Amino acid sequence: MHQLATAGGGEKPLLSLRDINMTFGGVKALKNVSFDVRPGEVHCLAGENGCGKSTLIKIITGVYRPADGASIEFDGETYSHMSPVTAQDRGIQVIWQDLALFPEMSVAENIAFQTVIGRWPKLVDYGRMRQIATDALARLGVTLDVDLPLKEYAIAQRQIVAIARALVGEARLVFMDEPTASLTQSETDHLLDIVRGLSASGVAVVFVSHRLAEVLEISSRITVLRDGALVGVYPATGMTQSRITELMTGKTFDQQVRAKPRDGQPVVLDVEGLSRPGQFEDVSLTVRRGETLGITGLLGAGRTELALTLFGMLKPASGTIALEGRPVRFSSNRDAIAAGVAYLSEDRLSLGLIQPQAIADNLVISSLDKILAGGLLSEERKRSLVSRWIADLGVKIGLQQDAISTLSGGNQQRVAIAKWLATDPKLLILDAPTVGVDVGARAGIFDIVARLAESGLAIILISDEVPEVYFNADRVLHMAQGRIVGSYDPRTSSLADIEGAVYA
Amino acid sequence: MSAIVERLKALIGPEMAGPGLAFLAVVLVFGIASPQFLSAATFGSVAFQLPELGLLTLAMLLPILTGGLNLAITFTANIAGLTLAWVLQANGGVEAGPGAFALGSVLAILVGATSGVIMGLVIAFTRAHPILVSLSMMIFLRGLGEFLTRGGDVSGFPAYLGPLGHGSFLGVPIPLIVFIACVLAWHVLLTRSKLGFNTYMIGSNLEATRYSGINTRKVIVLVYALSGAMCAIAGIIMLARFNSVRIGHGESYLLITVLACFLGGVNPFGGFGRVIPVFVALVVLQLLSSGLNLVGANQHLATAVWGLLLAGVMVLRFVATKFKISFVRKET
Repeated sequence: MHQLATAGGGEKPLLSLRDINMTFGGVKALKNVSFDVRPGEVHCLAGENGCGKSTLIKIITGVYRPADGASIEFDGETYSHMSPVTAQDRGIQVIWQDLALFPEMSVAENIAFQTVIGRWPKLVDYGRMRQIATDALARLGVTLDVDLPLKEYAIAQRQIVAIARALVGEARLVFMDEPTASLTQSETDHLLDIVRGLSASGVAVVFVSHRLAEVLEISSRITVLRDGALVGVYPATGMTQSRITELMTGKTFDQQVRAKPRDGQPVVLDVEGLSRPGQFEDVSLTVRRGETLGITGLLGAGRTELALTLFGMLKPASGTIALEGRPVRFSSNRDAIAAGVAYLSEDRLSLGLIQPQAIADNLVISSLDKILAGGLLSEERKRSLVSRWIADLGVKIGLQQDAISTLSGGNQQRVAIAKWLATDPKLLILDAPTVGVDVGARAGIFDIVARLAESGLAIILISDEVPEVYFNADRVLHMAQGRIVGSYDPRTSSLADIEGAVYA
Repeated sequence: MSAIVERLKALIGPEMAGPGLAFLAVVLVFGIASPQFLSAATFGSVAFQLPELGLLTLAMLLPILTGGLNLAITFTANIAGLTLAWVLQANGGVEAGPGAFALGSVLAILVGATSGVIMGLVIAFTRAHPILVSLSMMIFLRGLGEFLTRGGDVSGFPAYLGPLGHGSFLGVPIPLIVFIACVLAWHVLLTRSKLGFNTYMIGSNLEATRYSGINTRKVIVLVYALSGAMCAIAGIIMLARFNSVRIGHGESYLLITVLACFLGGVNPFGGFGRVIPVFVALVVLQLLSSGLNLVGANQHLATAVWGLLLAGVMVLRFVATKFKISFVRKET
């Protein structure tokens, strides 16, 4: 299975790891892993959540100490383990997914705070700080106002600030953990350009991303981990997304268009000329029983606002919504839920689920009336309702009383879907249901969606990943700047057609 | 058998560890230090002192569970007490009949609940911080009460109110019976009612609760209304115990109620906490002060020891969590 890539071979690696083992309380997180990065290359580290990627990064940066026998060679020197200080001194930098920045402080302070503290007295040289920050941003070809507090900037700019900070530390090897997770396509393109620039200037970049398309676009080699073991190292040329997925999960997925004609079915949702100025304009659409309507488009196209309006949390300025032929006007999402509309939030962590609370409580929160007995909540009814849904949707849990935050993204999302199914909806709106869900678990989520549609539920599937709606919806609407600008049938259109229109 | 153990575990819960251990420690230490500690006299003094602080703590508990706070509890209690006092005086003072007492009590509870409703509305609709909102209410009620009573006492109540403050029924002090009834009511409210369920959810994440289709504003208003009503019950008991009402009565209890909640394992940021551990924490606080009294310590020292106890429990809880993690790691 071990297959060493030969692309550009012969060059001496900048970083070379051998025999890395790591155990957490009896669980082997890494088993005999080796990992090489060449100077100036963009190397992708791929694998599902829990495969050991983060552990490996933490070993390289000195956060964890690997088991005895490991060897870490960096630019000619060999270590049995790293320490954070050594890693930093040698120019190994990590940009974590949460960026670890200070939103209240200025851009300059965020970029240069580690470099400008004098020996004694410990005073901060603000002029030098601004200069260092401006220079670091210039290297990336970006201009930002270094005096503005970071919170004034959107996530894409913050990402760049984090990269600039890494450069200030004379980086030779930069790890980027899911850098594009919250960026739009054009922002992602800009970031990838910056990564190419870094690579051209001799900085090696290790890229971790769930978005396989950009992995293939940016990296020269791909190291795949599964369950803590090395699967192999592959050149990016000649690789396909489905092949990487297979390597990551050890399973084969043959994605096929699931679209079917649903014309004969009764209309569940009929929207006419719906508008909220500044967010979306003149949206008309229908969804039939058993139909999955895909809506795609870039972030900020008004998709989520449209969904929240259908869910009664925003009020339309004009236009009508009819459910099963009856016009409806919701004054809150309670009305919408009572009328049979359910909305799975795109933000599972802060809006979709109540992370610290129990799995069971998260599942029943929207259907408390179903577990009443004599006016009081019945623990027994709760348990049986939860057991039923857990079994039905194949959620893997420990105890029902465990916090929902203990579950993986995929299992959390299954609980979130169950929470809405428990309200007996007629229409289920799924807003970005695979955000933060492993590639392997995504297929499971869509299998559930397909099964729900077959059982007669009307579904709106919103995603900015075109392939998701293309393969899983019966029809695809393209939304841009608040308007529906295209409608496609996956059976007659190609994926490239739709992607071309969306990313144009 | 193991099912019973599981149920018992579920009933007691992990929050019980802190107050439970503190309870054992206090009983052991003072049981050894003073032969009179484990006696009916101690029980009697605890039983009569517990209810006032206890009822106010229950009033504090609900807002804390939503991630808020009600700083107006003592003044709400006394304004409610004043309401009852005026109804009694208007109906003949010491001559006032039970009907007047019933009417006065209902009005007192309404006044308490109204104070809560106003705070709840402001908090729910303006999203102002509960500390600021209840602080405003606290200052308003204190000023109003001092203005209406000119800072003095209102007294002269019918004799049949005495037993409500000092009497016993089958050997159990009547204030304690009232308090235990309220503890049970709060326990059922929090564990078995939709309102209680939603209180916890809001405490952990208000927006996610709203997205789940819960009327979060209604829940917040009801929580503060119930808190105000519970204050009123405390006010009525205080009126009967002191045989007078003054707007400043029980002022020092305010922060002790917060302490009792945290000692009982309530999460200071909301979302988690149960009534029974808070009850045990209250008993521990009273036992501690009675015990120190018995061994001849200064009364003010008792308050100082309360502060130390809370700090100690926090440290123990931290150590216990650490220990538990390393223990679990070794096991797996």
